Amino acid sequence: MEKAIITVVGKDQVGIIAKVCAYLADAQINILDISQTILDGFFNMMMIVDASHAKGEFYEIAEELEKLGEEIGVNIKLQHEDIFNKMHRI
Amino acid sequence: MINLFEVAETNKMIEQENLDVRTITIGISLLDCMDANIDVLCQNIYQKITSIAKDLVKTGEAIEKKYGIPIVNKRISVTPIGFVGASACHSTDDFVKIAHTLDRCAHVVGVNFIGGYSAIVSKGMTKAERLLIESIPQAMRETELVCSSVNVGSTKTGINMDAVKLIGEIVKETAELTKENDSIGCAKFVVFCNAPDDNPFMAGAFHGVSEADSIINVGVSGPGVVRNAIKTAKGKDFGELCETVKKTAFKITRVGQLVAREASAALNIPFGIIDLSLAPTPAVGDSIADCLQEMGLERVGAPGTTAALAILNDQVKKGGVMASSYVGGLSGAFIPVSEDQSMIDAVEAGALTLEKLEAMTCVCSVGLDMIAIPGKTSAKTIAGIIADEMAIGMINQKTTAVRIIPVVGKDVGETVEFGGLLGYAPIMPVNEFSCDEFIDRGGRIPAPIHSFKN
Repeated sequence: MEKAIITVVGKDQVGIIAKVCAYLADAQINILDISQTILDGFFNMMMIVDASHAKGEFYEIAEELEKLGEEIGVNIKLQHEDIFNKMHRI
Repeated sequence: MINLFEVAETNKMIEQENLDVRTITIGISLLDCMDANIDVLCQNIYQKITSIAKDLVKTGEAIEKKYGIPIVNKRISVTPIGFVGASACHSTDDFVKIAHTLDRCAHVVGVNFIGGYSAIVSKGMTKAERLLIESIPQAMRETELVCSSVNVGSTKTGINMDAVKLIGEIVKETAELTKENDSIGCAKFVVFCNAPDDNPFMAGAFHGVSEADSIINVGVSGPGVVRNAIKTAKGKDFGELCETVKKTAFKITRVGQLVAREASAALNIPFGIIDLSLAPTPAVGDSIADCLQEMGLERVGAPGTTAALAILNDQVKKGGVMASSYVGGLSGAFIPVSEDQSMIDAVEAGALTLEKLEAMTCVCSVGLDMIAIPGKTSAKTIAGIIADEMAIGMINQKTTAVRIIPVVGKDVGETVEFGGLLGYAPIMPVNEFSCDEFIDRGGRIPAPIHSFKN
């Protein structure tokens, strides 16, 4: 399984999760976990996803999500989970 | 499982504190390119570099996207050209031809710099190595991306003072030949004592003869992250300060290790080392001086600066070695003046002098780095500055280096603009008493005794 972390940060509005999830479903990326909160009016979401069966290369999906973020007006990042595992786990 | 807090911490380091991987450097051996014919040699070099490094930039960019972390530079280091060109080069022009070939390779594969226009002359110079050194000013003027270095001493061999004297003249000549651009040629040339074979950082990177055919070395960075961590330990004792720096260095280095492994697998080139150096950039907040000031100094250069730097350097290494099994290169904090905004501010405020910088190099890597001095400084005085720095390296069994720019036509009180990652620098005063007779002696300083240390 190739796990990745998606973070979405930006001004809260209707349909952020819906749009991100629609993209992921289309790209064959399975959502394993979602945690989300509103901090000072800002929308903060983290998703753990399984990208093993994703259509396209990892970097392409990262680029597309970034573009989707620009359309919605939020900041979306897709990162392989290893960067967090390496940094925070021995 | 990874939690929101950890994800936020990592991304804050990247987005707000300038955490990045400073360089992925492929070391390439050119020993098998050697030929007695200069044109065949250049052809072989071109073929080898452009085939091994062709995917470096693309791979680096894919890794950036995969982990969401910037990889600022992609570079190449090669076997010192002093060896490679030994049988083919009979004049300085022949060596410059190789420099042009290297420059072309760098442009074709799209890297930021290529290092290894170098000679290792710590005990003596071959005829070819002397020619290479003499060709440096022209090579630095006529090429854009080629970096040059000369190793003039080591703890095991002593210091080659003939080479030091020659380098003093070479630095002056390089400054003169590139005077239209504020003597920038000197920013691409560094002189070493105890130069490491696997350094991924420029201008001093070369691929030592002890290395494999090709190898991936990675340099990490992140002074901004360390500085913010030190901020959280405000008012705490040294034990806690050290612990904080160490933990942060661990995190930074783990990212470098991850990127190195990934690049090594993708390019099918063995992983060499992680270089644990903290390297500043002119970006605000990405500064070593800020780390030291955050420890409690009003300005870098104040009494206590050397001790603060010693702490920083040692703790970065302690955290770093825990994070990566293969650590090498220079591994320490860099203190280049022009590339570090708070360092520049300290010079302008009169807090930081050349002499204090020299003291600081005793406890960190690498040496007197990116320091602009008056253009009128004589070749022998420059040789004297180099000799002092080399002696520190030789006696203390560490790498030291000098990258100094005598800016033609400028004097103390003026500034010089190099642009980009090289930043800008105020011209620093140099002690004007003469060392001419000392430098004129010639010969070599013997290797120091290795026991009875005190």
